[in-house]
Parts: sequence; structure tokens; C-alpha cells
Amino acid sequence: MSAETMTQAVPAAAATTASRRGFGVSGGGITLSLYLIFLMLPIYWLVIMSLKTNAEITSGMTLWPQQITFDNYRTIFTDASWYNGYISSLSYVAINTVLSIGLALPAAYAFSRYRFLGDKHLFFWLLSNRMAPPAIFALPFFNLYSAIGLFDTPWAVALAHCLFNVPLAVWILEGFMSGVPREIDETAYLDGYSFPRFFARIFMPIIANGIGVTAFFCFMFSWVELLLARTLTTVNAKPIAATMTRTVSAAGMDWGLLAAAGVLTLVPGVLVIWFVRNHIAKGFALGRV
Amino acid sequence: MARIELSELAHSYKPGASRPGDFALKPMTLTWRQGGAYALLGPSGCGKTTLLNIISGLLIPSHGRVAFDGRDVTRLPTEQRNIAQVFQFPVVYDTMTVYENLAFPLRNRGMDGTAVDGRVREIAALLELTPALERKARGLTADAKQKISLGRGLVRPDVAAILFDEPLTVIDPQLKWELRSKLKALHRQLDVTMIYVTHDQTEALTFADTVVVMHDGRVVQAGRPDELFETPAHTFVGYFIGSPGMNVVPATVSGNQARVAGETIALPLSYEIPAGKRIEIGVRPEFATLAPAGEGLPVSVERIDDLGRARLARLRLGGHAFAASVPDGLGEIAETAGLIIQPGHIHVYADGERLSGRA
Amino acid sequence: MDRPYDNRAWLLVLPVLAIVAFSAVIPLMTVVNYSVQDTFGNNQFFWNGTGWFRELLDPSSDLGSRVIASFWRNLAFSAIILAIEVPLGIAVALAMPRAGWKVAVTLVLMAMPLLVPWNVVGTIWQVFARGDIGLLGYAVNRLGIDYNYVSDPVAAWVTIVAMDVWHWTSLVALLCYAGLKSIPDAYYQAARIDGASRWAVFRFIQLPKMRRVLIIAVLLRFMDSFMIYTEPFVVTGGGPGNSTTFLSIELVKLALGQFDLGKAAAMSIVYNLIILAVCWVFYTAMTNLDAERSKEGAAS
Repeated sequence: MSAETMTQAVPAAAATTASRRGFGVSGGGITLSLYLIFLMLPIYWLVIMSLKTNAEITSGMTLWPQQITFDNYRTIFTDASWYNGYISSLSYVAINTVLSIGLALPAAYAFSRYRFLGDKHLFFWLLSNRMAPPAIFALPFFNLYSAIGLFDTPWAVALAHCLFNVPLAVWILEGFMSGVPREIDETAYLDGYSFPRFFARIFMPIIANGIGVTAFFCFMFSWVELLLARTLTTVNAKPIAATMTRTVSAAGMDWGLLAAAGVLTLVPGVLVIWFVRNHIAKGFALGRV
Repeated sequence: MARIELSELAHSYKPGASRPGDFALKPMTLTWRQGGAYALLGPSGCGKTTLLNIISGLLIPSHGRVAFDGRDVTRLPTEQRNIAQVFQFPVVYDTMTVYENLAFPLRNRGMDGTAVDGRVREIAALLELTPALERKARGLTADAKQKISLGRGLVRPDVAAILFDEPLTVIDPQLKWELRSKLKALHRQLDVTMIYVTHDQTEALTFADTVVVMHDGRVVQAGRPDELFETPAHTFVGYFIGSPGMNVVPATVSGNQARVAGETIALPLSYEIPAGKRIEIGVRPEFATLAPAGEGLPVSVERIDDLGRARLARLRLGGHAFAASVPDGLGEIAETAGLIIQPGHIHVYADGERLSGRA
Repeated sequence: MDRPYDNRAWLLVLPVLAIVAFSAVIPLMTVVNYSVQDTFGNNQFFWNGTGWFRELLDPSSDLGSRVIASFWRNLAFSAIILAIEVPLGIAVALAMPRAGWKVAVTLVLMAMPLLVPWNVVGTIWQVFARGDIGLLGYAVNRLGIDYNYVSDPVAAWVTIVAMDVWHWTSLVALLCYAGLKSIPDAYYQAARIDGASRWAVFRFIQLPKMRRVLIIAVLLRFMDSFMIYTEPFVVTGGGPGNSTTFLSIELVKLALGQFDLGKAAAMSIVYNLIILAVCWVFYTAMTNLDAERSKEGAAS
């Protein structure tokens, strides 16, 4: 049989096993579609509201803007108190992410490679801080950071968020590091690498994915947390999301502006997710599947 | 229990493939006898597993037909084909006990409790799993897990065929030998068709009555182990089976004479040579012997390998490497020597395919 | 698991220890200190012993009854959202595509709610569920169902539960998805050969592989729902009445609203101890599972 007759043979069937298409649930597509619609509806509503005028919002129900306006966004980008909120949010999130990972790397290495006195209890104690309710810490933090003069700076929020992000970073990194065979360390030491040089030159590139995933989570939890962020700031370091609620309660409900500010707080999250989309699944299992 | 027929079967993972290179499995027509013990032998990537998955129904072929006892099953899902298959790496249901694992395929098919029990205990005894029957499958060694996988394949009494996809890869060598003999014994006892995929020729030759050799998506030869050894239908079979493999050297053949590196070799048969093809002759080292210089073809000796029971000479015939056996009586071996080829064991190949000659 | 025993590893842990001690131990000491004192203002404190604790745990006192009520309320909330989010998350994970461009799109869409600042989550739902300008509230009212989360406790609960499901189900689903992705194809093939039903595949292959990530999911969801503050606070402010006042809302009211430092501190300690106990149960479950796995790894 030649190549030509082969193409004339049975029309090529979808030659896949059923399991390749999904995890084998009938009606899975419908479940997933309904779920995604459920997720997107509130966000859709927020976005279209930000494009409506206040008159349109309050006058009746419209499923899409009758007259698209960008005034709400213009207001935000021209008012310093708004975009400063953005800058301070991003600065404490960045400081926190760098700090958390920098501190967590050696600790995670210790937990993944050695046993030592009290290691299990220490690990549990660290984790328990991830689980502690921020509400407990609001007042003591207020006192503490006022006392040392960091109140209303990005550093106060960044340090406060270390409370839950450092343990989380240790936990995730430990998971990824334990997946790296110990022979790699031993070989490097035999080749005459010192510990710091081995760690920076060999070990960190190997767990680069894990560091990326950790950074994503530190970003995420620092970005979304507001109870502490709002308690520790008043004017200068006020996060964007807090600026938003304040304006609402003051100016007789400027719905369009509120929605526009809300939409803008979604943007950094969406960008970050897009960058890590290929690692998200493993990342959410904290490197431990 | 069934005869399995593949007709014009081919498979491509790409839809709408037309070039031969797109096909993981090139067109083949083949019949597997009811009750046969087959080995599917070939290097990795030659299409063995694809062929196996098509027979078991895990994969629907893009072209051609699969029939069991004349019934077309090409598009029938695995569940309706009555086939058992054992995979390369152990697949066990972690949360079940060993007993439940073995009973699983039977219970899924609604077999009644006492029959299940009898069958499970019989197979467990055979695989020496009886002491572990009540243990959780999780936490057993890889060996034991693979035995469970084997057991699940063997436990169904009425299957059309049992397919093994390199099932002994993870088993340690001693146990490997033991399990293979067990499978062989079981085959005799059960009268069920077994197809055993492997890339290990010893495994294939000891297990099977019929060895099917695959190369690059094609079946190049199917035959008894001695046929594969004595008359390889393709130079690949010559290389792949035997240790060392067959000597294959370029030649020009006309009538019943072959010329290799300026020397003439007489052939027992006479051949009609197709034009424009690469012509080679093949001789197994077992049928070529070293002789003192002056006898047979002139060769230079590169080295002698002592294989314990026999000695093997590594020679040069013209520019080509050649292996030959060294007869016991041969004395001192000089740098140049002679080579005697048993005339009945020379094969002629055109583009790798064996030509049949006329007397 | 033959990690060498070496106490010098402590040196590597020190920086983490220092920062966590700074941000956890010092504040907790402040809290303990407040919890045993009382004040009349002006930074004058005097010893109050276990007075606050006794009041806190006494259902007949005003404080005790409020705190205990919010504890049960919070527990009910956690139970409800777990009962919805875990099965739903598993169902969504099973329905997710395994390969192709759809995977990236699905993942990005699913992860979106997770990266919305928590008060914005509140704002989104506050608007979305309003009867006058919100799509959901408007639609439900049009269906003839009387729905107003500002005045009706049932509507307030429904709104908050829906919001939490919206916010966090994706986390459970993504965790399960990661677990499912780790199952080799051969398992599904073997199951088909063995004639396993769809349910058996789920019960004996998929569920066991998801066990570990499910523990993580339940742990995270229980903890985070047990300390939930921002989202319900933005939507309902704890009302109507006290019907959605959870533990953290109660605590912040005491501490920052009324500046009742002693009561708030005592409550913080009890609150923290509950969290710690639950955390310990999960941690033990998880390390046991790990030990089982590594034993298995050593055996194979």
C-alpha cells in the first residue's frame, strides 16, 4: 500500500484515548463553562460599570454601557491621591516579596537537607503563623511600628506581611528543594564549591521555578491583604485598595469611580497570572504533588 | 480466546498524514493464531507499544481493520474487547488490598463472589502473592506491585488475549527469569493468546513460539526463533538477533556468484538482481570460520575475543569488518588468515530485504 | 529519608527566626500583657488576672455571649463553605482540559478572583448583589424573590457564602487539578482494561491521588474562612444586626473600635489557641501522609 492509498483509506479517526481529552467526565465542558461564567459575571459587571456615567448607573438596569465614558479612569490618573495609592501598594508588595524569599531560601534549605534539634516543632510554629488571624495582630502592630517610627511607611506593611509570607515561602521552597536529589549538593562540595557559591551558582538555578512560584504567592497574599495594610498606614503609604473604600464612604457613592478603581486593582493580578500561567497548577499544590 | 487479524492496519498520530514518515505504524497485514505465544521485538520507538494499544483498543487506528475471530472490533472500546493488558510500570490501586486489586477486574464484570475468590487465590498462589493478600497495595516493593499488575492481567479466565508491554522492566534479574518461566508455563496451561512486547532478544526468544520483529513502524519478519536466526528476512533482523549480529557486507551479485572486495564467492542459488538497489550479502558469524592463510578468502585478523565457550575472530574482509568463529583445532593465528563460509548460509539482500534465489 | 543530623542548620534558620520573632512574638507578648490588665485610659494599667478570660468564656456575660455566638457563626460559615467549595472544586478540576490552549485560558480565568484585593472582592459583591444597581440583586428580585442583603439575615448569608465560593473555589480546583495532572496515563488505561466504571476510576485512582492536595485545600480554606474579616465587613459590616459578625469582625470592633484592649487581647489569645489546635491536627495528618509516602519511596 503506497502513501497515496493510505490517505484514501478510512478517514482518520480522532486517534486519541478518551483520557487524553480531559479527566473523563461527561458533561465536563458544561460544568466548566457554567463555573467560568459564574466567575466572570461579577467582574464583567464591575468593568462595564466603570465605563458608565453615574447617571446611567442609577437611572436603570442596562446590561452594557449606552454611552461609553472614560471619565472615571481620567479622574484616577490625574489625581495624585489615587495613583500614589498604586505606587505605595506596589512598593510594599515588592519589598515584602524580596524580603520573604531572601530570608526563606536558607531556612528552606536547612529544613529540606538536615535534621536538627527541634526542627519539626520549629517548622510547625512557623506554619502556625501563616494561619494566625491578622485581626489579632492589628493592634499590637500599630503599637510596635509606631514605637519604632516606621508607621505609615511601606516598610511597616512589608514587615508586617512577613508574618504570613515568610512561613509560606519556607513551606513552598522546602517542597521544591526536597525534590532536588541530595547527590547534586554532594557532588558540588566534592568539586570544591563553597556553600554560598554552590547555593547561588548551582542550587538556585535548579529551583528557579520554585522561586518563581514562591514570588507569585508572596505577591498574591501581600497584594490582597488589607486589614494590616490599612491599619499601619494613614496618608503617605496608603494602599490603592484602601484609598478606594475611603472615597466611597465620603463622596455620596461615586459608583463609576469606585468601579474604575476596582478594575485597576485587578490589572497587576492579571498580569502576574499571565506570566506564571504554565506553573500555576504545580504552584498551587505548593510543589508537593 | 480468539484469532486476531490485522488487515491493512496503519496508524498516524497526526490527522490527515500522507507521507510515510508521518506514520508511527506502517501498513501491515498479520494474523495472530489462537493460543499462540508471541513476542513483539524491536528497539524502542519502533511502534511496538502503538501496535499493542491498537490491539487492546486503547488506541483507534487511523487506517485498516482489527478483527477477533472474524468479528470487526476496530472501533470497539477496550471494555468490550475482552483483552487483558499489563503495562511497563506497575499500576496498582493504592487504597485497595492486594486481594481487592486482583479481584477488581472480575468484580467489575459481575463475576460472583465464590468464583472470584477461587480465581484470585489461584493466581495469587501462582505469583507467590498469597502471604500478602490482605495487605494494602500501597507500600509494597516495585517487584510486588508489578506482580499485582501481572496478576490483574492473568486473573480473567475468558480473555481473548493477554498483552504484556515490557512487563519485567522494573523487576530484578533473578525474579525476572522466574516470572518469565511462570508466564510460559501459564501459557501452556491456559491456551490463551499472549503477546509479549520487549526489546530484549533473549526474553523474546525464550518466551515465544513466534517472534514478530518490528523496525521503524514496520513488521520486518514474523517467524519461529530458529527461522529468525537462520534466514533473517531483513538485514535489521540479522543485526538485531544474535550476538554478535549477522555480518552484512556490500557485494555485487550476478547469477550464482557474489563479488566482495575483489574476491569471488560461490552461491548455492542463483539470483536475479533488481536494478538500482543496494546489494549486500549476509552471513552469521556462526557459519563463517577462520582458517590458516591461503584457504578460503584472504582476511586480516584484528583481534580474537575469548567468549569463554568459544572464540570469536574480528576480521577485515577488504575494507569491511567481519566476525567469524575460531575452530578449536586452529593453532597460532597470524595477522593474515583465511575465511571459510558455509555456502548454504549466505543470504543476499537488496535494500535490506532478503532475495530468494532459484536453484 | 536519611537527612544528616547537623545542628549548624540552625544558623540557616536564624534570619527567618529573627523576623518571625519580631513580627509574631513581640506583638503576642504585648497581647498577653494586655490580656491580664485593665485600664481606665491615660496609659494607666492595673492587674486584672484572668478576669477577661473568665468573662470571655462565660455565656451569661455580655462579652461572652457575643464572642461565643460569633464563634458558632464562624464555625457554621466555615462548614458551609467547605461543604460547597470542596465538592465543587473537585468537580471543576475534573472538568478542566488537560492539554492545549484551553488550559492556559482556563487557568488564568480561574485564578483571577484569587488576586483581587480582599476589600475589592467585598466591593464587587456589594455592588453585584444590590437590588437597584447590581445584576444579581436585580435579576433575583425580578424573579419574584424578595432579596435584600442589607435587611434580611438569610439574604446576607447567601450573599457572603456566594462571595466566598466565587473567591476561593478556584484555589481548591487548582490544587485538585495539580493532583490529577500527576496521574500517569497508564492508570487510566489499566482502569479501562480492568473494566472500571467512571465512579471506580474516581474512587480508586483520582481520589487517592488527590488526598494530599485535598488536605492542603481543606486546611487553607478552613483557616482562611475562620479568620475572614475584610470581605464580609465591606459587604454587610457584620449586619444586619449581628447576623454576619464573625470572630475577626468582633475582635477588630473590640480592639480598634472600642479600644477595649484587655478584652480584645484575651479574645486574641483564645482565638489563636483554637487556630493553633486545628492547625496541629492538619499538620499531623499531613506529616503522617508524608511519612507513609517516603516509606513507600524507600521500599520501591
